[in-house]
Amino acid sequence: MHLDKDDELILSGEYGETKAKMMEILFALGKVFGAERMVPIRSAQVSGASYKTIGEWGLKWLQSLEARVVVPTVLNPVGMDRMRWREMGIGYSFAQKQQEVIDAYVRLGVKMECTCTPYYLHITSYGDHLSWSESSAVAYANSVIGARTNREGGPSALAAAIIGKTPEFGLHLVKNRQPQVVIEVSGMETEHETACYGALGYHAGKCVGNKIPVFSGIRPKRDHLKAMGAAMAATGAVALFHVDGITPESRIFKYDVSGLEKISVDRADIMTIFEDVPVDAVAIGCPHCSPEELSQIADLLSGRTVKIPFYVFASRGVIEKYPDAVARIEKSGARVYADTCMVVSPAMEQYQTIMVSSGKAFAYVPNMCGAAVRIGTLEECIDAAAR
Amino acid sequence: MIVRGRGISKGTGSGPVLISAAPISFLSGVDPDTGIIVEIGHPLQGKSISGTVLVFPYGKGSTVGSYIIYALVQNGHAPAAIINREAEPIIAVGAIISGVPMIDRVDIDNPGFRDGIVATVNGDTGELEYEPEAVSGPPA
Repeated sequence: MHLDKDDELILSGEYGETKAKMMEILFALGKVFGAERMVPIRSAQVSGASYKTIGEWGLKWLQSLEARVVVPTVLNPVGMDRMRWREMGIGYSFAQKQQEVIDAYVRLGVKMECTCTPYYLHITSYGDHLSWSESSAVAYANSVIGARTNREGGPSALAAAIIGKTPEFGLHLVKNRQPQVVIEVSGMETEHETACYGALGYHAGKCVGNKIPVFSGIRPKRDHLKAMGAAMAATGAVALFHVDGITPESRIFKYDVSGLEKISVDRADIMTIFEDVPVDAVAIGCPHCSPEELSQIADLLSGRTVKIPFYVFASRGVIEKYPDAVARIEKSGARVYADTCMVVSPAMEQYQTIMVSSGKAFAYVPNMCGAAVRIGTLEECIDAAAR
Repeated sequence: MIVRGRGISKGTGSGPVLISAAPISFLSGVDPDTGIIVEIGHPLQGKSISGTVLVFPYGKGSTVGSYIIYALVQNGHAPAAIINREAEPIIAVGAIISGVPMIDRVDIDNPGFRDGIVATVNGDTGELEYEPEAVSGPPA
């Protein structure tokens, strides 16, 4: 693997010990995966933000670093809203440790934003190289935007953020981005509710594992693609998918899929997970809500009152940019929280059955929250909770 | 003798060789306070990796395992060096952030390379140096 003169100097310790270590991480990963060179990245998203995940030693390591990130960098969601954790029922000692982890990242120049949707905050364009960690963000960036990122671990994403480059292997290379399996969907030719695309992703992820699928027979919009990709990354290891005629690389490269394995999926197969069972909480925003989703929830809740806890999760940036939609949602008694979500917050562990509109949340809630889970459309979620 | 592999994490470390035929998961597989392998059913269960030149095929398990290697160093129970058949990100990143020398792709298929002999790993050059133990032939 080739390093330029500046990279060599960093590696030799010329710019301090932390930068040398970070370059050593990137150089080693480049060697392990057969990269030939480093490429500059436009932004980074770092996992390992939750104290529950990285623990005391992860925190100590972060606190030992002396450097600043050189590209826009955000964190993965953490266990609580940084401002409203008391209201969420989070204990003081958890909140304190969580805040220490966030402070350690802020010292490194990471933006105080904990979200799985960095694409709503930083302009991310077709062909950009990125170093992102969270699986749904990776799937969205690669598939919906046509940017290029592998699914990074916490330290490697942080290393790339501090150096501003990443080794060029895997999904950074066009030759590794072609579809490997075709999913022919029937019964979904017209537009459907977002939850149906989440359910499609939930089903498809189990079928394709870590292969790159190309879908035909569907016409999803951006929020639908977000739901599909998130669910596929949860039930499979999908970091990139294409939709025939919809996603950018499918339109540009017009892939020849004639020799590929084909899997048929009918709408009836995927809708079997929709069951009508009683729930004691509703949680929306996995991945974090887009501005359009926030305003849709606000419209549906208008003039109504929720009678069970109703959580909505979005990035702080989106929440702050759309105070009107947030106020309209909260007027119903529902709560809009930033920095966290139903999958990672211990606040969700108190419920028996949580209703979600997300295929990804449907996959994770049973293990992560110890609760039963029900999936429904956004309207069904609101009908289950509101008078 | 000196054999050459590929340097993954810089630095030099020496110690008695400890070979595991099975992969190692540091998260939940190794006690960060003692350096003892605690994974039930692991071929090295109950053995300490502290100060050893630890040889195993590759890492497995959660990426958080990288931080366990860091914890082992802070607690004084890390291996002196790591040799993998094929490096993967969890162990490579863990070794680098913790300053544990590491190499991979090195020929250790020598019957004289066995548990307990002293070996030195150079993560800068990718070299492994050791005195092969005399291997006794079959009994006459």
